[in-house]
Amino acid sequence: MNIIKKDAVILGGGPAGLAAALKLKEKGIDNIIILEREKKTGGILRQCIHDGFGIVRFKEALSGPEYADRFVQEVQRQNIEVQTEATVIGLTNDKIVTAATKEGLKKYQAKVVILTMGCRERTRGAISIPGTRPAGVYTAGVAQSYINLKNIMIGKKVVILGSGDIGLIMARRLTLEGAEVLAVIEKQPYPSGLPRNIEQCLNDYNIPLYLSHTVTNIQGKERLESVTVSKVDEKGQAIEGTEKEYNCDTLILSVGLIPENELSLQAGVELHPRTKGPIVDENLQTNVEGIYAAGNVLHVHDLVDFVSIEGEKLAESAAKYIKGEKGYESIIPVTTDHTINNVVPQKISGEQDVEISLRVSKPSKDGQIIMQQGNKVIMMKKFKKLNPAEMIHIKLKKEEIQSKEEIKVVVG
Amino acid sequence: MKREFTCIVCPNSCELVAEIEGKEIKSIEGALCKRGDEYVVQEIKDPKRTIATSVKVIDGEIPLASVRTTKPIPKDKIFEVMEEIKKVKVQAPVQINQVIIENVLNLGSDIIITKSVGIQKCIERVNKEVVAS
Ligand SMILES: Cc1cc2nc3c(=O)[nH]c(=O)nc-3n(C[C@H](O)[C@H](O)[C@H](O)COP(=O)(O)OP(=O)(O)OC[C@H]3O[C@@H](n4cnc5c(N)ncnc54)[C@H](O)[C@@H]3O)c2cc1C
Repeated sequence: MNIIKKDAVILGGGPAGLAAALKLKEKGIDNIIILEREKKTGGILRQCIHDGFGIVRFKEALSGPEYADRFVQEVQRQNIEVQTEATVIGLTNDKIVTAATKEGLKKYQAKVVILTMGCRERTRGAISIPGTRPAGVYTAGVAQSYINLKNIMIGKKVVILGSGDIGLIMARRLTLEGAEVLAVIEKQPYPSGLPRNIEQCLNDYNIPLYLSHTVTNIQGKERLESVTVSKVDEKGQAIEGTEKEYNCDTLILSVGLIPENELSLQAGVELHPRTKGPIVDENLQTNVEGIYAAGNVLHVHDLVDFVSIEGEKLAESAAKYIKGEKGYESIIPVTTDHTINNVVPQKISGEQDVEISLRVSKPSKDGQIIMQQGNKVIMMKKFKKLNPAEMIHIKLKKEEIQSKEEIKVVVG
Repeated sequence: MKREFTCIVCPNSCELVAEIEGKEIKSIEGALCKRGDEYVVQEIKDPKRTIATSVKVIDGEIPLASVRTTKPIPKDKIFEVMEEIKKVKVQAPVQINQVIIENVLNLGSDIIITKSVGIQKCIERVNKEVVAS
């Protein structure tokens, strides 16, 4: 097979991939291709028709498709090559990319591979809800694509399990479309979506949210007929005698997202057990030289503005690598304890300022994020509130880094 | 009287506390920016929301085009505005920013398209019709 040579092959044409392509082009890298498995680029934003995107970047509240369109148009104007309906099915550690396209299989040899494949949803199987297997159980993103892209209404009486943002947004969307949302059920003692979404998607429409509750059974033969909801104790175990029955025809799961890294694994990219995305250095390079990652494939973002920024940051380093410029070596590990869910990047050089992104593991008020090397506190930032739903971005200045010793990030 | 609010203007989701006496707002605390104070004043006087939904597209390459309000509308008019939007069908092609309802229900907000949708290619249409018949 003919192997096509490219400076950069970008896997996935969502906001991360599009932003990376534009920045590479700006840095003078022309021989680029974006491979996207859908008919159109724009990624998950094509189905997120609510507004609230772009507040950081454009200072306006755009809908998902409008935000994506600004990047899609620019990619077109810059004549960047895009192949849609092209699913990448193979990736090797020497950066050979295989894609299944309408014209058959295509192979590319890349100097740099950019991983921007986004994430997928956790399903019923992933959380093992017992009961029958009727129609009417959807993940929130699938429900969203049916209603917002395919014009298919999914049900009339709905229970939502999980208080992730997509679930909250679907609670409002279903209500606007005339369905009745009976309740949102959340296993944790706190919501996992953003407070503003609890407010404008649930409270506005009088949809009750039950914290420390979960779905313990599903009934129905052909179609879902009812679900059983129980209270859970501190260990997350259902408490007997607290069962409540909801008659409904639809159950929506909004129980988390997982970075999409099957291809990364094929190429020998090492994943982090907490983020489920690649372990990266401050250049967003994985352990495989020349393979970079950004966006939801790296760690799940709540705001697309930061996804675009990450794509651009990645491209700046990737452009240098393509031009043969040697960057700093990242030898300082960045670690956490149980107070923090995850940090990105996991390795830095200490030779330049870096931005550390993280999520705390529990909500708290008047907390502080502390970075320390050994016993020395090198950075401390106070927060009025800390919420696992929000990704926190903290700049760490070069001067603040004291040695090559491990940097530990904790909530203090 | 104290009343608590969660600001919905931006992802910071500030938790705000307003001290209200009768119709007068004595103080607002907790906002990281002045938009938070404005939100509380608006929320007490006349709560408003933006909405997003979609309209059918005739001959479109996809069946729906997403739409949104250009300005927030009174919260108690949301379902009436939804009814107005549901009456609309548009002919492909449509462009982002195309106004489909001007000044909806005289509320000072337009309904605009937020996703461009092209015309369905002839061959796909024929195929669909063959399958359907
Ligand atoms: C329902 C929902 C609501 C959200 N609400 C907001 C909000 O209000 N405000 C906000 O700022 N952010 C919001 N976000 C977050 C934001 O939209 C995402 O963080 C962002 O879109 C992620 O971009 P991405 O490029 O990493 O991934 P994606 O947008 O998922 O793009 C990945 C792309 O890769 C493609 N792909 C995957 N695998 C392959 C393969 N093997 N071959 C070829 N192509 C492939 C996919 O088809 C897809 O197009 C929301 C997200 C969701 C899901």
